[in-house]
Amino acid sequence: MTVLFLAHTECDNSLHKSALETLTAAKALADGMGSDLVVGLIGADVAEAAGTIGGCDAKFYAVSGPEFADGRYASDLTAAEAIAKACSPEVVVAPATSRFSRALPGLAIRLDGRVDTHLSGLAAEDGKPVAKRWFYRQRMEGTLTRDERPWVLTLDSGCAEPFDGAGAADVEALSVDVSSVRTKVAGMECASEDQQTIRPDADLLFVAGAGWTKKQADGATHVPEAEETIRVFLDATKASLGSSKSLVDISGEGGAVISFLTHMHQVGQTGATPRHPKGLSTCCHGEEPHVVGWRFIKERRAINLDAGCGWAQGKCDVLYVGDAFAIMKKVNELLG
Amino acid sequence: MGSEFHIVVCGSIVPDPLQTLAPQDGPAGPSLKNEMMLPAVLDPWAGHALFEAANLAAKNPGSQVWLVSLGPKAKLQQVMMSVSQKAPFQLVVADGSASGFTDAYETAKVLAETIEGIGGLDRSKMLLFGGWQSASRGSGAVIQMVGELLGVTEQFQGVDKLTVGGDGSLEVLERVEGGAYQKSVVDGAPAAFGWATGELPEPPNNPQVGMQNMQKNMPALMQAKPADLSGTSLKFSSVELPKQRRETRIVKDVPVDEMAKEIVEWIKG
Repeated sequence: MTVLFLAHTECDNSLHKSALETLTAAKALADGMGSDLVVGLIGADVAEAAGTIGGCDAKFYAVSGPEFADGRYASDLTAAEAIAKACSPEVVVAPATSRFSRALPGLAIRLDGRVDTHLSGLAAEDGKPVAKRWFYRQRMEGTLTRDERPWVLTLDSGCAEPFDGAGAADVEALSVDVSSVRTKVAGMECASEDQQTIRPDADLLFVAGAGWTKKQADGATHVPEAEETIRVFLDATKASLGSSKSLVDISGEGGAVISFLTHMHQVGQTGATPRHPKGLSTCCHGEEPHVVGWRFIKERRAINLDAGCGWAQGKCDVLYVGDAFAIMKKVNELLG
Repeated sequence: MGSEFHIVVCGSIVPDPLQTLAPQDGPAGPSLKNEMMLPAVLDPWAGHALFEAANLAAKNPGSQVWLVSLGPKAKLQQVMMSVSQKAPFQLVVADGSASGFTDAYETAKVLAETIEGIGGLDRSKMLLFGGWQSASRGSGAVIQMVGELLGVTEQFQGVDKLTVGGDGSLEVLERVEGGAYQKSVVDGAPAAFGWATGELPEPPNNPQVGMQNMQKNMPALMQAKPADLSGTSLKFSSVELPKQRRETRIVKDVPVDEMAKEIVEWIKG
């Protein structure tokens, strides 16, 4: 029996932290199942990545070359298929990166197996794999098993400690033909470092709610002031910016908008569920949909005008009842 | 110069996101408490896919849009009364569970078989659309499997923009980590796209479009075949709501300066 850990390299040929976390989980699973661990690497050049995890006591396969530098469904899937067919795994475990989330569900079809994605936990019980994942957008967690094999699993970030064990790795290179792939990657579109406000690795998530664009005590809206306050805070703290759906959607309703907020900032029931050590919510209200966006935030604080806010009560650690405009302006002053 | 596409949108219904949801055990595994009583909406990501499909079809004369949906037809009929007013499409229904606990593979198999049965669909012109996530299972896996089962191996996920070139090529922006996009170009159909939010607002209701749609779609609902989703060994040992409740400290009637100072210390701590 074999557990196959699959990873892809980043643009600098390293392994992402989420891949290292997933390796920890895959190794524990293999140990718990009494199975061999096999590592499969995909990327432009995998030598450096293999060296950083060479101490995991596994056999290594790799598909590498310039055509595997970027994530493409067809080439990634062909590479993963070749690796899987070389070791006939019972279970395939991979990080739920955008690249593998795109490609690996197709692997289950090609291997005549099954796939479960975005796991929040993975363990061996009585020698068999047991997975945990969230349903209905982080609103309830299920623990599941299945008999079909191979079982392709992707693990979300933040669910295990990163693997630490560099060492020499003897990598067997596999050759695959992707000349028939019709997709060409034309590059990345990234905001500049100063303009980028989505920062997955930030220590703090700052969530802006619709209250920032509503009429204030003087009966007028103060959107430019809100924008400036938020921007100064983000510059000072390098926090990641999230938004409620209602704020992002205000443009469609003809309301004034925070110019740098897009649907990509959206957190909650219809947005992302980010993972940060701390979260500060401002001008938000609402129940279940907002809680979803905060599911994986460890320390949570909120500023709003309603001491009885159903979202805050029982959901965050500290609720500051006050005017976010005034409080955040003072916070910015103190941050210097 | 436009291209002619046959756009198949996969999308089902989910409970209204504002509803409180609770799981319960049943003979066939977990389900939602009072599931059939909960108000349903078109899955938000499937909605984005449908509106993008309709926009693409309108810009490329000769194109057609099918909405393929696996769900209980009584609930689908309710939801389609409003969705049908948003954009022109031909509804194709597989009558079965839309539960988030339904196996992604079984769902994909039913959808692929249903698509294979669509009369007049030219698979060489096919663009397979759907949501990259759903508000139910949220696996982000179904569209890829439907594509694989149909032999569509050029696929994209987290799509926010699709632009058709003069030569029929398709330029795609896919969301990747860190708020960035990967730009790719595929030389044309067939291809599969799991949509994020796209760039279009929800279209206003158009009763005329609704009337035209429902004339075609009511018979599709009546003729929907029962879907077989029984082939899985997937078993749930538990499904639970998170129990964590925090002891929220309320800070009120405190000067702004003190609140700000405490927040800054917490951020820096």
